[in-house]
Amino acid sequence: MAIAVRAHELTVRYDRVLALDRVNLTLDEGQALGIVGPNGSGKSTLLKAVAGLIAPVGGSIQVFGGAPRSQPPGTIAYVPQVEAVDWSFPANVYDVVAMGRFPRMRALAPFSKHDREVVDAALAALHIGDLRHRHISQLSGGQQQRAFIARAIAQEPRLLLLDEPTTGVDAATEEALREFVRELVARGMPVLMTTHDLERAAEWFDRLMVVDRRVLAEGDPATVLESGAYAGIREHVHTHGHLRTDATQEHAEHD
Amino acid sequence: MIDALLAPFQYEFMQRAFVAALVVGTLCSTIGTYVVLRKLSFIGDGIAHASFAGIVIAYLRGMDYYVGAAIVAVLTALGIGYVTRRGKVSLDTAIGVLFTGAFALGVFLMSRLPTYNIDLQGFLFGNILAVSRGDIVLILVLAALVFAVLIVIYRPLLYTSFDPVVAEASGIPVALIDYVLLVLLALTIVISLEAVGIVLVAALLVTPAATAYQLTRRFRRMLGLSALIGAICAVAGLYASYYLHAASGATIVLLVTLVFFMAMVSKRRWRSAP
Repeated sequence: MAIAVRAHELTVRYDRVLALDRVNLTLDEGQALGIVGPNGSGKSTLLKAVAGLIAPVGGSIQVFGGAPRSQPPGTIAYVPQVEAVDWSFPANVYDVVAMGRFPRMRALAPFSKHDREVVDAALAALHIGDLRHRHISQLSGGQQQRAFIARAIAQEPRLLLLDEPTTGVDAATEEALREFVRELVARGMPVLMTTHDLERAAEWFDRLMVVDRRVLAEGDPATVLESGAYAGIREHVHTHGHLRTDATQEHAEHD
Repeated sequence: MIDALLAPFQYEFMQRAFVAALVVGTLCSTIGTYVVLRKLSFIGDGIAHASFAGIVIAYLRGMDYYVGAAIVAVLTALGIGYVTRRGKVSLDTAIGVLFTGAFALGVFLMSRLPTYNIDLQGFLFGNILAVSRGDIVLILVLAALVFAVLIVIYRPLLYTSFDPVVAEASGIPVALIDYVLLVLLALTIVISLEAVGIVLVAALLVTPAATAYQLTRRFRRMLGLSALIGAICAVAGLYASYYLHAASGATIVLLVTLVFFMAMVSKRRWRSAP
Protein backbone atom coordinates (compact mmCIF):
# COMPACT_ATOMS: atom_id res chain seq x y z
CA MET A 1 0.00 0.00 0.00
CA ALA A 2 1.14 3.51 -0.79
CA ILE A 3 1.99 6.06 1.87
CA ALA A 4 -0.85 8.57 2.42
CA VAL A 5 0.68 10.86 5.03
CA ARG A 6 4.27 11.40 6.02
CA ALA A 7 5.36 13.93 8.64
CA HIS A 8 9.05 14.44 9.17
CA GLU A 9 10.27 16.38 12.22
CA LEU A 10 7.02 18.38 11.99
CA THR A 11 7.16 21.45 14.24
CA VAL A 12 4.29 23.90 14.71
CA ARG A 13 4.19 27.07 16.78
CA TYR A 14 1.36 29.42 17.74
CA ASP A 15 3.21 32.67 18.31
CA ARG A 16 5.61 31.65 21.08
CA VAL A 17 3.84 28.46 22.15
CA LEU A 18 5.31 25.25 20.78
CA ALA A 19 2.33 23.10 19.76
CA LEU A 20 4.15 20.25 18.01
CA ASP A 21 7.80 19.37 18.48
CA ARG A 22 9.54 17.31 15.78
CA VAL A 23 6.72 14.86 15.17
CA ASN A 24 7.37 11.93 12.85
CA LEU A 25 4.44 10.02 11.43
CA THR A 26 3.54 7.76 8.54
CA LEU A 27 0.10 6.60 7.54
CA ASP A 28 -0.43 4.01 4.82
CA GLU A 29 -3.50 3.61 2.69
CA GLY A 30 -5.97 1.16 4.22
CA GLN A 31 -4.82 1.98 7.72
CA ALA A 32 -6.43 3.76 10.70
CA LEU A 33 -4.03 5.63 12.96
CA GLY A 34 -5.35 6.81 16.31
CA ILE A 35 -3.85 9.80 18.10
CA VAL A 36 -4.31 10.09 21.86
CA GLY A 37 -3.04 12.71 24.27
CA PRO A 38 -4.31 15.11 26.90
CA ASN A 39 -6.07 18.38 26.11
CA GLY A 40 -3.63 20.89 24.65
CA SER A 41 -1.25 18.13 23.55
CA GLY A 42 -1.35 19.24 19.92
CA LYS A 43 -3.60 16.44 18.61
CA SER A 44 -5.93 18.82 16.79
CA THR A 45 -2.98 20.87 15.60
CA LEU A 46 -1.50 17.75 14.06
CA LEU A 47 -4.68 17.11 12.06
CA LYS A 48 -4.82 20.75 10.96
CA ALA A 49 -1.22 20.57 9.78
CA VAL A 50 -1.99 17.42 7.77
CA ALA A 51 -5.03 19.21 6.27
CA GLY A 52 -2.78 22.12 5.26
CA LEU A 53 -4.64 24.58 7.49
CA ILE A 54 -1.50 25.42 9.49
CA ALA A 55 1.95 25.93 8.05
CA PRO A 56 4.74 24.22 10.02
CA VAL A 57 7.71 26.29 11.22
CA GLY A 58 10.00 23.28 10.89
CA GLY A 59 10.11 19.88 9.28
CA SER A 60 7.72 18.80 6.58
CA ILE A 61 4.30 17.32 6.00
CA GLN A 62 3.45 15.39 2.87
CA VAL A 63 0.11 14.02 1.68
CA PHE A 64 0.35 11.52 -1.18
CA GLY A 65 3.90 12.71 -1.79
CA GLY A 66 3.15 16.44 -2.03
CA ALA A 67 2.23 19.45 0.09
CA PRO A 68 -1.35 19.21 1.45
CA ARG A 69 -2.39 22.43 -0.33
CA SER A 70 -1.02 21.21 -3.67
CA GLN A 71 -3.43 18.25 -3.81
CA PRO A 72 -6.37 18.40 -6.24
CA PRO A 73 -9.61 19.73 -4.66
CA GLY A 74 -11.50 17.03 -2.80
CA THR A 75 -8.43 15.00 -1.79
CA ILE A 76 -8.58 15.67 1.95
CA ALA A 77 -11.74 15.54 4.05
CA TYR A 78 -11.47 17.05 7.52
CA VAL A 79 -14.06 16.83 10.28
CA PRO A 80 -13.17 19.24 13.11
CA GLN A 81 -13.90 18.47 16.74
CA VAL A 82 -16.27 21.36 17.19
CA GLU A 83 -17.91 22.68 14.06
CA ALA A 84 -17.53 26.44 14.29
CA VAL A 85 -20.46 27.05 11.96
CA ASP A 86 -23.43 29.35 12.41
CA TRP A 87 -26.18 26.88 13.31
CA SER A 88 -28.85 29.31 12.13
CA PHE A 89 -27.40 29.23 8.59
CA PRO A 90 -30.22 28.49 6.12
CA ALA A 91 -29.33 24.86 5.38
CA ASN A 92 -30.84 21.46 6.13
CA VAL A 93 -28.97 18.15 6.51
CA TYR A 94 -29.13 17.42 2.78
CA ASP A 95 -27.72 20.87 1.92
CA VAL A 96 -24.78 20.33 4.28
CA VAL A 97 -23.94 16.86 2.98
CA ALA A 98 -24.30 18.09 -0.62
CA MET A 99 -21.56 20.66 0.07
CA GLY A 100 -19.20 17.70 0.21
CA ARG A 101 -19.56 17.45 -3.58
CA PHE A 102 -18.63 21.12 -4.19
CA PRO A 103 -14.82 20.74 -4.19
CA ARG A 104 -15.10 18.10 -6.92
CA MET A 105 -17.54 20.02 -9.12
CA ARG A 106 -16.67 22.34 -11.98
CA ALA A 107 -18.12 25.86 -11.97
CA LEU A 108 -21.58 25.99 -13.58
CA ALA A 109 -21.80 22.18 -13.76
CA PRO A 110 -25.26 21.01 -12.66
CA PHE A 111 -25.67 18.70 -9.67
CA SER A 112 -25.53 15.40 -11.56
CA LYS A 113 -27.23 12.06 -10.97
CA HIS A 114 -23.92 10.72 -9.68
CA ASP A 115 -23.62 13.63 -7.22
CA ARG A 116 -27.10 12.92 -5.88
CA GLU A 117 -26.34 9.20 -5.57
CA VAL A 118 -23.15 9.86 -3.63
CA VAL A 119 -24.96 12.23 -1.26
CA ASP A 120 -27.80 9.71 -0.75
CA ALA A 121 -25.29 6.93 -0.08
CA ALA A 122 -23.44 9.10 2.48
CA LEU A 123 -26.73 9.94 4.24
CA ALA A 124 -27.66 6.25 4.30
CA ALA A 125 -24.23 5.14 5.55
CA LEU A 126 -24.50 7.45 8.57
CA HIS A 127 -28.18 6.53 9.13
CA ILE A 128 -29.42 10.10 8.71
CA GLY A 129 -31.44 9.65 5.51
CA ASP A 130 -34.65 10.40 7.39
CA LEU A 131 -33.19 13.65 8.71
CA ARG A 132 -32.36 15.05 5.28
CA HIS A 133 -35.04 17.76 5.40
CA ARG A 134 -34.30 18.78 8.97
CA HIS A 135 -32.68 22.16 9.62
CA ILE A 136 -29.19 21.88 11.14
CA SER A 137 -30.22 23.79 14.26
CA GLN A 138 -32.70 21.01 15.09
CA LEU A 139 -30.11 18.22 15.32
CA SER A 140 -28.70 16.58 18.44
CA GLY A 141 -24.93 16.55 18.98
CA GLY A 142 -24.63 13.03 17.60
CA GLN A 143 -26.76 13.88 14.56
CA GLN A 144 -24.67 16.98 13.84
CA GLN A 145 -21.51 14.90 14.04
CA ARG A 146 -22.96 12.31 11.66
CA ALA A 147 -24.09 14.99 9.19
CA PHE A 148 -20.55 16.43 9.04
CA ILE A 149 -18.99 12.99 8.66
CA ALA A 150 -21.51 12.27 5.87
CA ARG A 151 -20.39 15.49 4.17
CA ALA A 152 -16.77 14.33 4.40
CA ILE A 153 -17.73 10.96 2.86
CA ALA A 154 -19.77 12.60 0.09
CA GLN A 155 -16.57 14.35 -0.91
CA GLU A 156 -15.13 10.95 -1.91
CA PRO A 157 -11.80 11.93 -0.34
CA ARG A 158 -8.54 10.01 -0.57
CA LEU A 159 -7.70 10.84 3.06
CA LEU A 160 -10.05 11.20 6.03
CA LEU A 161 -9.15 13.28 9.11
CA LEU A 162 -11.46 12.96 12.12
CA ASP A 163 -10.94 15.12 15.22
CA GLU A 164 -12.55 13.42 18.24
CA PRO A 165 -15.67 12.30 16.37
CA THR A 166 -16.86 10.30 19.38
CA THR A 167 -16.88 13.14 21.91
CA GLY A 168 -20.43 13.97 23.02
CA VAL A 169 -21.87 11.09 21.01
CA ASP A 170 -24.02 8.31 22.49
CA ALA A 171 -22.79 4.70 22.62
CA ALA A 172 -24.95 3.50 19.74
CA THR A 173 -23.73 6.29 17.46
CA GLU A 174 -20.15 5.62 18.47
CA GLU A 175 -20.47 1.94 17.59
CA ALA A 176 -22.11 2.78 14.25
CA LEU A 177 -19.30 5.24 13.53
CA ARG A 178 -16.64 2.69 14.41
CA GLU A 179 -18.13 0.06 12.10
CA PHE A 180 -18.42 2.64 9.36
CA VAL A 181 -14.81 3.80 9.71
CA ARG A 182 -13.52 0.21 9.80
CA GLU A 183 -15.42 -0.46 6.58
CA LEU A 184 -13.82 2.56 4.89
CA VAL A 185 -10.39 1.41 6.06
CA ALA A 186 -11.04 -2.11 4.78
CA ARG A 187 -11.73 -0.55 1.37
CA GLY A 188 -8.37 1.20 1.44
CA MET A 189 -9.11 4.62 2.96
CA PRO A 190 -6.36 6.02 5.19
CA VAL A 191 -7.89 7.47 8.37
CA LEU A 192 -6.18 9.71 10.90
CA MET A 193 -8.27 10.25 14.01
CA THR A 194 -7.87 11.76 17.47
CA THR A 195 -9.72 10.30 20.43
CA HIS A 196 -10.07 10.27 24.20
CA ASP A 197 -11.39 6.73 24.30
CA LEU A 198 -8.43 4.54 25.26
CA GLU A 199 -10.44 1.45 26.16
CA ARG A 200 -11.67 0.85 22.66
CA ALA A 201 -8.57 2.01 20.83
CA ALA A 202 -7.68 -1.53 19.75
CA GLU A 203 -11.09 -1.92 18.09
CA TRP A 204 -10.81 1.39 16.22
CA PHE A 205 -7.21 1.52 15.09
CA ASP A 206 -4.46 -0.43 13.41
CA ARG A 207 -1.87 1.78 15.07
CA LEU A 208 -1.91 4.15 18.00
CA MET A 209 0.21 7.18 18.74
CA VAL A 210 0.55 8.97 22.07
CA VAL A 211 1.23 12.65 21.55
CA ASP A 212 2.07 15.39 24.01
CA ARG A 213 3.65 17.93 21.71
CA ARG A 214 6.17 15.18 20.98
CA VAL A 215 5.44 11.59 20.03
CA LEU A 216 5.72 9.62 23.29
CA ALA A 217 4.86 6.19 21.94
CA GLU A 218 3.73 4.70 18.66
CA GLY A 219 2.78 1.25 17.41
CA ASP A 220 0.27 -1.54 17.86
CA PRO A 221 -2.60 -0.25 20.11
CA ALA A 222 -2.32 -3.03 22.70
CA THR A 223 1.45 -2.63 23.03
CA VAL A 224 1.23 1.15 23.30
CA LEU A 225 -1.44 0.99 26.00
CA GLU A 226 0.55 -1.61 27.98
CA SER A 227 3.69 0.51 27.74
CA GLY A 228 2.11 3.01 30.14
CA ALA A 229 3.14 5.97 28.00
CA TYR A 230 -0.30 7.47 28.36
CA ALA A 231 -0.48 6.90 32.12
CA GLY A 232 2.80 8.80 32.37
CA ILE A 233 1.48 11.94 30.69
CA ARG A 234 -1.74 11.78 32.63
CA GLU A 235 0.23 12.23 35.81
CA HIS A 236 2.27 14.92 34.14
CA VAL A 237 -0.90 16.77 33.17
CA HIS A 238 -2.24 16.40 36.67
CA THR A 239 0.87 18.02 38.09
CA HIS A 240 0.68 20.80 35.52
CA GLY A 241 -2.97 21.39 36.25
CA HIS A 242 -2.15 21.61 39.91
CA LEU A 243 0.65 24.07 39.33
CA ARG A 244 -1.57 26.19 37.15
CA THR A 245 -4.21 26.36 39.90
CA ASP A 246 -1.58 27.53 42.38
CA ALA A 247 -0.33 30.15 39.97
CA THR A 248 -3.85 31.44 39.40
CA GLN A 249 -4.47 31.73 43.11
CA GLU A 250 -1.21 33.54 43.63
CA HIS A 251 -2.10 35.86 40.78
CA ALA A 252 -5.49 36.52 42.33
CA GLU A 253 -3.91 37.29 45.68
CA HIS A 254 -1.54 39.77 44.11
CA ASP A 255 -4.45 41.51 42.46
CA MET B 1 -56.69 56.47 -14.16
CA ILE B 2 -54.11 54.38 -15.99
CA ASP B 3 -52.68 57.62 -17.29
CA ALA B 4 -52.25 58.76 -13.71
CA LEU B 5 -50.51 55.49 -12.76
CA LEU B 6 -48.19 55.74 -15.72
CA ALA B 7 -47.54 59.42 -15.15
CA PRO B 8 -44.03 58.97 -13.73
CA PHE B 9 -42.93 57.04 -16.81
CA GLN B 10 -43.59 59.88 -19.25
CA TYR B 11 -40.27 61.49 -18.33
CA GLU B 12 -37.12 59.98 -19.69
CA PHE B 13 -35.22 60.74 -16.47
CA MET B 14 -37.87 58.81 -14.54
CA GLN B 15 -37.54 55.84 -16.90
CA ARG B 16 -33.79 55.83 -16.28
CA ALA B 17 -34.39 56.13 -12.55
CA PHE B 18 -36.67 53.09 -12.59
CA VAL B 19 -34.09 51.01 -14.47
CA ALA B 20 -31.41 52.10 -12.00
CA ALA B 21 -33.65 51.33 -9.01
CA LEU B 22 -34.51 47.88 -10.36
CA VAL B 23 -30.88 46.94 -11.04
CA VAL B 24 -29.46 48.44 -7.83
CA GLY B 25 -32.27 46.97 -5.71
CA THR B 26 -31.76 43.49 -7.13
CA LEU B 27 -27.97 43.58 -7.00
CA CYS B 28 -27.67 44.97 -3.46
CA SER B 29 -30.14 42.49 -2.04
CA THR B 30 -28.51 39.55 -3.84
CA ILE B 31 -25.01 40.26 -2.57
CA GLY B 32 -26.70 41.33 0.66
CA THR B 33 -27.58 37.68 1.31
CA TYR B 34 -23.86 36.98 1.73
CA VAL B 35 -23.40 40.22 3.68
CA VAL B 36 -26.04 39.12 6.21
CA LEU B 37 -24.96 35.48 6.49
CA ARG B 38 -21.27 36.40 6.82
CA LYS B 39 -21.99 39.42 9.04
CA LEU B 40 -20.27 41.90 6.73
CA SER B 41 -22.76 44.77 7.08
CA PHE B 42 -20.26 46.97 8.89
CA ILE B 43 -17.78 46.31 6.07
CA GLY B 44 -20.40 47.45 3.55
CA ASP B 45 -20.97 50.64 5.48
CA GLY B 46 -17.22 51.17 5.76
CA ILE B 47 -16.58 50.72 2.04
CA ALA B 48 -19.41 53.13 1.21
CA HIS B 49 -18.06 55.86 3.47
CA ALA B 50 -14.47 55.37 2.33
CA SER B 51 -15.50 55.72 -1.31
CA PHE B 52 -16.41 59.36 -0.61
CA ALA B 53 -12.69 60.15 -0.53
CA GLY B 54 -12.47 58.62 -4.01
CA ILE B 55 -15.27 60.83 -5.26
CA VAL B 56 -13.55 64.03 -4.04
CA ILE B 57 -10.13 62.96 -5.35
CA ALA B 58 -11.70 62.16 -8.73
CA TYR B 59 -13.28 65.62 -8.75
CA LEU B 60 -9.94 67.29 -7.97
CA ARG B 61 -8.25 65.42 -10.81
CA GLY B 62 -11.11 65.96 -13.25
CA MET B 63 -11.89 62.26 -13.42
CA ASP B 64 -15.23 60.49 -13.48
CA TYR B 65 -16.65 60.21 -9.95
CA TYR B 66 -17.42 56.56 -10.47
CA VAL B 67 -13.82 55.71 -11.33
CA GLY B 68 -12.50 57.45 -8.23
CA ALA B 69 -15.13 55.85 -6.00
CA ALA B 70 -14.48 52.42 -7.53
CA ILE B 71 -10.70 52.61 -7.03
CA VAL B 72 -10.97 53.66 -3.38
CA ALA B 73 -13.82 51.21 -2.66
CA VAL B 74 -11.93 48.24 -4.10
CA LEU B 75 -8.69 49.23 -2.32
CA THR B 76 -10.60 49.60 0.97
CA ALA B 77 -12.26 46.20 0.45
CA LEU B 78 -8.91 44.52 -0.23
CA GLY B 79 -7.35 46.30 2.76
CA ILE B 80 -10.15 45.10 5.03
CA GLY B 81 -9.72 41.58 3.66
CA TYR B 82 -5.99 41.70 4.35
CA VAL B 83 -6.48 42.96 7.92
CA THR B 84 -9.05 40.21 8.54
CA ARG B 85 -6.62 37.55 7.30
CA ARG B 86 -3.76 38.87 9.41
CA GLY B 87 -6.05 39.11 12.40
CA LYS B 88 -3.78 41.24 14.57
CA VAL B 89 -6.32 44.04 14.96
CA SER B 90 -9.99 43.28 15.54
CA LEU B 91 -12.00 43.71 12.38
CA ASP B 92 -14.54 46.24 13.62
CA THR B 93 -11.73 48.38 15.00
CA ALA B 94 -9.86 48.25 11.70
CA ILE B 95 -12.95 49.21 9.72
CA GLY B 96 -13.85 51.92 12.22
CA VAL B 97 -10.40 53.47 11.82
CA LEU B 98 -10.18 53.04 8.05
CA PHE B 99 -13.59 54.20 7.04
CA THR B 100 -13.92 57.25 9.22
CA GLY B 101 -10.36 58.20 8.27
CA ALA B 102 -11.08 57.93 4.56
CA PHE B 103 -14.40 59.74 4.92
CA ALA B 104 -12.69 62.56 6.85
CA LEU B 105 -10.07 62.78 4.09
CA GLY B 106 -12.89 63.32 1.60
CA VAL B 107 -14.49 66.05 3.69
CA PHE B 108 -11.09 67.67 4.37
CA LEU B 109 -10.16 67.81 0.68
CA MET B 110 -13.55 69.15 -0.24
CA SER B 111 -13.55 71.84 2.45
CA ARG B 112 -10.25 73.25 1.15
CA LEU B 113 -11.67 73.90 -2.28
CA PRO B 114 -12.44 77.61 -2.83
CA THR B 115 -15.56 76.66 -4.74
CA TYR B 116 -16.94 73.26 -5.41
CA ASN B 117 -19.87 71.89 -7.27
CA ILE B 118 -19.87 68.36 -5.86
CA ASP B 119 -23.43 67.50 -4.96
CA LEU B 120 -22.58 66.43 -1.41
CA GLN B 121 -26.15 65.76 -0.44
CA GLY B 122 -26.59 63.72 -3.61
CA PHE B 123 -23.69 61.46 -2.73
CA LEU B 124 -24.72 61.11 0.90
CA PHE B 125 -28.40 60.38 0.31
CA GLY B 126 -28.57 59.51 -3.37
CA ASN B 127 -30.07 61.34 -6.32
CA ILE B 128 -31.54 58.67 -8.54
CA LEU B 129 -33.32 61.24 -10.72
CA ALA B 130 -29.94 62.54 -11.86
CA VAL B 131 -28.81 59.18 -13.31
CA SER B 132 -27.65 59.90 -16.85
CA ARG B 133 -27.73 57.66 -19.90
CA GLY B 134 -24.00 57.00 -19.46
CA ASP B 135 -24.56 56.11 -15.81
CA ILE B 136 -27.21 53.57 -16.81
CA VAL B 137 -24.81 51.86 -19.21
CA LEU B 138 -22.13 51.72 -16.51
CA ILE B 139 -24.60 50.40 -13.91
CA LEU B 140 -25.84 47.69 -16.29
CA VAL B 141 -22.34 46.58 -17.33
CA LEU B 142 -20.99 46.43 -13.77
CA ALA B 143 -24.14 44.72 -12.46
CA ALA B 144 -23.89 42.09 -15.21
CA LEU B 145 -20.25 41.53 -14.27
CA VAL B 146 -21.04 41.13 -10.56
CA PHE B 147 -23.92 38.73 -11.26
CA ALA B 148 -21.80 36.66 -13.67
CA VAL B 149 -19.01 36.24 -11.10
CA LEU B 150 -21.53 35.37 -8.37
CA ILE B 151 -22.96 32.63 -10.58
CA VAL B 152 -19.54 31.21 -11.45
CA ILE B 153 -18.34 31.08 -7.81
CA TYR B 154 -21.76 30.11 -6.43
CA ARG B 155 -20.78 26.77 -4.86
CA PRO B 156 -17.33 27.61 -3.44
CA LEU B 157 -18.79 30.89 -2.13
CA LEU B 158 -21.66 29.07 -0.41
CA TYR B 159 -19.29 26.50 1.15
CA THR B 160 -16.87 29.24 2.25
CA SER B 161 -19.72 31.27 3.74
CA PHE B 162 -20.97 28.31 5.77
CA ASP B 163 -17.80 26.51 6.84
CA PRO B 164 -14.54 28.19 5.75
CA VAL B 165 -12.21 25.88 7.68
CA VAL B 166 -13.51 22.62 6.27
CA ALA B 167 -13.92 24.20 2.83
CA GLU B 168 -10.24 25.16 2.89
CA ALA B 169 -9.16 21.67 3.99
CA SER B 170 -11.15 20.21 1.09
CA GLY B 171 -9.15 22.30 -1.38
CA ILE B 172 -11.44 25.27 -2.03
CA PRO B 173 -9.38 28.51 -2.39
CA VAL B 174 -11.10 30.22 0.52
CA ALA B 175 -8.85 33.29 0.67
CA LEU B 176 -9.34 34.00 -3.03
CA ILE B 177 -13.13 33.56 -2.73
CA ASP B 178 -13.18 35.97 0.25
CA TYR B 179 -11.27 38.64 -1.69
CA VAL B 180 -13.47 38.21 -4.77
CA LEU B 181 -16.60 38.65 -2.64
CA LEU B 182 -15.19 41.85 -1.09
CA VAL B 183 -14.38 43.28 -4.53
CA LEU B 184 -17.88 42.42 -5.77
CA LEU B 185 -19.29 44.11 -2.67
CA ALA B 186 -17.20 47.22 -3.38
CA LEU B 187 -18.39 47.38 -7.00
CA THR B 188 -22.01 46.91 -5.90
CA ILE B 189 -21.69 49.79 -3.47
CA VAL B 190 -20.13 52.07 -6.09
CA ILE B 191 -22.91 51.52 -8.62
CA SER B 192 -25.50 52.09 -5.86
CA LEU B 193 -24.06 55.42 -4.68
CA GLU B 194 -25.95 57.61 -7.12
CA ALA B 195 -29.21 55.74 -6.55
CA VAL B 196 -29.31 55.55 -2.76
CA GLY B 197 -26.20 57.32 -1.49
CA ILE B 198 -23.38 56.55 0.92
CA VAL B 199 -25.46 56.64 4.10
CA LEU B 200 -28.38 54.57 2.87
CA VAL B 201 -26.66 51.88 0.79
CA ALA B 202 -26.00 49.74 3.88
CA ALA B 203 -29.77 49.41 4.40
CA LEU B 204 -30.28 48.11 0.89
CA LEU B 205 -27.47 45.59 1.45
CA VAL B 206 -28.78 44.29 4.75
CA THR B 207 -32.54 44.77 5.11
CA PRO B 208 -33.96 42.75 2.17
CA ALA B 209 -31.66 39.81 3.01
CA ALA B 210 -32.48 40.05 6.72
CA THR B 211 -36.16 40.01 5.77
CA ALA B 212 -35.72 36.91 3.58
CA TYR B 213 -33.73 35.28 6.41
CA GLN B 214 -36.83 35.56 8.62
CA LEU B 215 -39.02 33.86 6.04
CA THR B 216 -37.03 30.79 4.93
CA ARG B 217 -34.49 28.29 6.17
CA ARG B 218 -33.05 27.34 2.78
CA PHE B 219 -30.19 29.24 1.20
CA ARG B 220 -31.45 29.35 -2.38
CA ARG B 221 -34.86 30.56 -1.30
CA MET B 222 -33.27 33.22 0.86
CA LEU B 223 -31.21 34.40 -2.11
CA GLY B 224 -34.21 34.54 -4.43
CA LEU B 225 -36.56 36.08 -1.88
CA SER B 226 -34.02 38.73 -0.93
CA ALA B 227 -33.49 39.72 -4.58
CA LEU B 228 -37.26 39.87 -5.12
CA ILE B 229 -37.86 42.02 -2.02
CA GLY B 230 -34.99 44.33 -2.98
CA ALA B 231 -36.21 44.74 -6.55
CA ILE B 232 -39.86 45.30 -5.66
CA CYS B 233 -39.10 47.71 -2.80
CA ALA B 234 -36.65 49.73 -4.90
CA VAL B 235 -39.15 50.19 -7.73
CA ALA B 236 -42.16 50.67 -5.45
CA GLY B 237 -40.23 53.06 -3.22
CA LEU B 238 -39.20 55.19 -6.18
CA TYR B 239 -42.77 55.16 -7.43
CA ALA B 240 -44.10 56.22 -4.03
CA SER B 241 -41.50 58.97 -3.73
CA TYR B 242 -42.80 60.49 -6.98
CA TYR B 243 -46.29 60.92 -5.55
CA LEU B 244 -45.17 61.82 -2.04
CA HIS B 245 -42.66 64.40 -3.35
CA ALA B 246 -40.09 62.78 -1.07
CA ALA B 247 -36.43 61.82 -1.42
CA SER B 248 -36.32 58.58 -3.41
CA GLY B 249 -33.42 56.89 -1.57
CA ALA B 250 -35.01 57.51 1.81
CA THR B 251 -38.44 56.32 0.59
CA ILE B 252 -36.90 53.07 -0.73
CA VAL B 253 -35.08 52.43 2.55
CA LEU B 254 -38.19 53.21 4.60
CA LEU B 255 -40.15 50.74 2.49
CA VAL B 256 -37.65 47.87 2.96
CA THR B 257 -37.56 48.64 6.67
CA LEU B 258 -41.35 48.45 6.81
CA VAL B 259 -41.30 45.11 4.98
CA PHE B 260 -38.65 43.83 7.40
CA PHE B 261 -40.82 44.58 10.42
CA MET B 262 -43.86 43.10 8.72
CA ALA B 263 -41.93 39.86 8.15
CA MET B 264 -40.79 39.88 11.76
CA VAL B 265 -44.30 40.32 13.11
CA SER B 266 -45.83 37.71 10.78
CA LYS B 267 -43.09 35.25 11.74
CA ARG B 268 -43.89 35.77 15.40
CA ARG B 269 -47.57 35.14 14.69
CA TRP B 270 -46.76 31.87 12.93
CA ARG B 271 -44.64 30.78 15.84
CA SER B 272 -47.24 31.59 18.46
CA ALA B 273 -49.99 29.87 16.44
CA PRO B 274 -50.99 26.53 17.98
